[in-house]
Amino acid sequence: MQQLLNGIFIGSIYALFAIGFTLVFGILDRLNLAHPAVFAASAFVGIELVERGGLSLWAALPIVFVFGAVLGLLIERLAFRPLKGRADAHFAGLISSIALAGMVIALLQWRYGPDTRRFPAGSFPDTRYEVAGAQVTLVQVVILGVSLALMVGLTYMVTRTRLGRGMRAVAENPDAARVLGVNVDRITAVTFAISSALGAVAGVLFAINVNTAQLGMGSAIELKGLAVIIVGGMGSLPGALIGGLALGLAEVFAVQYIGSSWRDVIAFGLLFLILLLRPQGLLGARKVREV
Amino acid sequence: MSDPILSVEDLRVSYGRVQAVRGVSFEAEQGSLVTLVGANGAGKSSVINAVSGMLRPAGGRITFRGQDITRTPAHALVKRGLVQVPEGRQILATLTIEDNLQMGAWHTGGTAQKSITAMYDRFPVLAERRALPAGALSGGEQQMLAIARALVAEPAVMLMDEPSMGLAPKIVDEVFRVIEEIRASGTTVVLVEQNARRALRAADHGYVLQTGEVVHSGPAADLLADERIVEAYLGVDTDSRRRDGPTQHGGL
Repeated sequence: MQQLLNGIFIGSIYALFAIGFTLVFGILDRLNLAHPAVFAASAFVGIELVERGGLSLWAALPIVFVFGAVLGLLIERLAFRPLKGRADAHFAGLISSIALAGMVIALLQWRYGPDTRRFPAGSFPDTRYEVAGAQVTLVQVVILGVSLALMVGLTYMVTRTRLGRGMRAVAENPDAARVLGVNVDRITAVTFAISSALGAVAGVLFAINVNTAQLGMGSAIELKGLAVIIVGGMGSLPGALIGGLALGLAEVFAVQYIGSSWRDVIAFGLLFLILLLRPQGLLGARKVREV
Repeated sequence: MSDPILSVEDLRVSYGRVQAVRGVSFEAEQGSLVTLVGANGAGKSSVINAVSGMLRPAGGRITFRGQDITRTPAHALVKRGLVQVPEGRQILATLTIEDNLQMGAWHTGGTAQKSITAMYDRFPVLAERRALPAGALSGGEQQMLAIARALVAEPAVMLMDEPSMGLAPKIVDEVFRVIEEIRASGTTVVLVEQNARRALRAADHGYVLQTGEVVHSGPAADLLADERIVEAYLGVDTDSRRRDGPTQHGGL
């Protein structure tokens, strides 16, 4: 039971990270490899807000959300928009976003140094709950609640609102959207902002969960995020949620029952298995992209 | 005569080194139906796409309601009442029919339930299936959806690119009936068609394009009456061939 809950907590963070990843892919058909750098940067910024700003953990979350959105706008403007319309825009965007990620990490190292950073002592409330014989902290409950709320909110936004309809129109056919009067550049920028805001919150939640932030935390989650969106189906939002939870559970149970060195073997073995059995992913549609 | 609502002077469009449109000029009077006809590759669609802001012209000047819109992007033109029904319909196949119509009202910043209801009254087949993905419609129904979607935007000028393409003759009749209704309601229509006779019969004024230039223009009835133009540019009369059955030129 304890392991099940731990798997769900970490899985919800993976899902939140991956949902930002898959949102940009699903709508814009671009893989934004600067997403992991947003994840790492926001963890450091979150710690600084608590440490120096004296904010509580929860007050830091909305600020980090906005910080992530701004980073997303910058990523779009610097790494993707200049390449628009090029025949190799897809590949070029991959490379330029990796480059931007490298620069962000270098800036983090310059500002925060190479060492692991933690939240100051006493930042975490001590409240604990007993759930069916397992220990759950208030922090974990909030992590799960924030992740789920953001994912539900995003799904509502995409499927029910005018902005979401515009996003789906751009996802299906940017030229048709343009004919209809949609400012595709603006939708693109907004998509990056939302995606990065979610990635940023995932970064802080991850740092809260393990009480560490490291420069390499982005690259550690990058492959997992990719695995999650492939398992769930590229571009599928519910797929990313299920994929994230599945990966979190697989990892936790692998550590528990086989040994900690097997964690990535199991996690990525799952990825291979899905690719072999269901190449379009659990909820992915073949060919037709969906959001 | 009043000033034309849309006028195009010496328009040029290039794709790399290829000049697709080489100095085309035309005008549309308020409330008229103007058609650009010509063979495949004559540059008709490039002209339409340059006017609607989908393509950046290499030169020339486009004026809409007295304002220069030569380099105005498409999304700003929709807001100002210049709306295109694109070639190949470009419906959003995975979105529902209702969502497609709502997208027609994108520039209003809200929903346009009133004009969408009006479209459902006008095209009952869309109303019946409003919750289905638009890809479930037949080709003719998709064309009606594309037209309805453009009408939701309440255009002053509607640019239509090959609305009859790929449709069965009976459906083509229906499309042209709708086009004439739109014109009768006061909307200016600029129609690009390969089906030249059909378009000229519906139009007030016609322009014949060949390799990116206007080679003839005039009142549509005059163009149709000129045997040389008909022979040289308008090709085989597909409508009469349809009536007479296949000829020695071979059918489709």
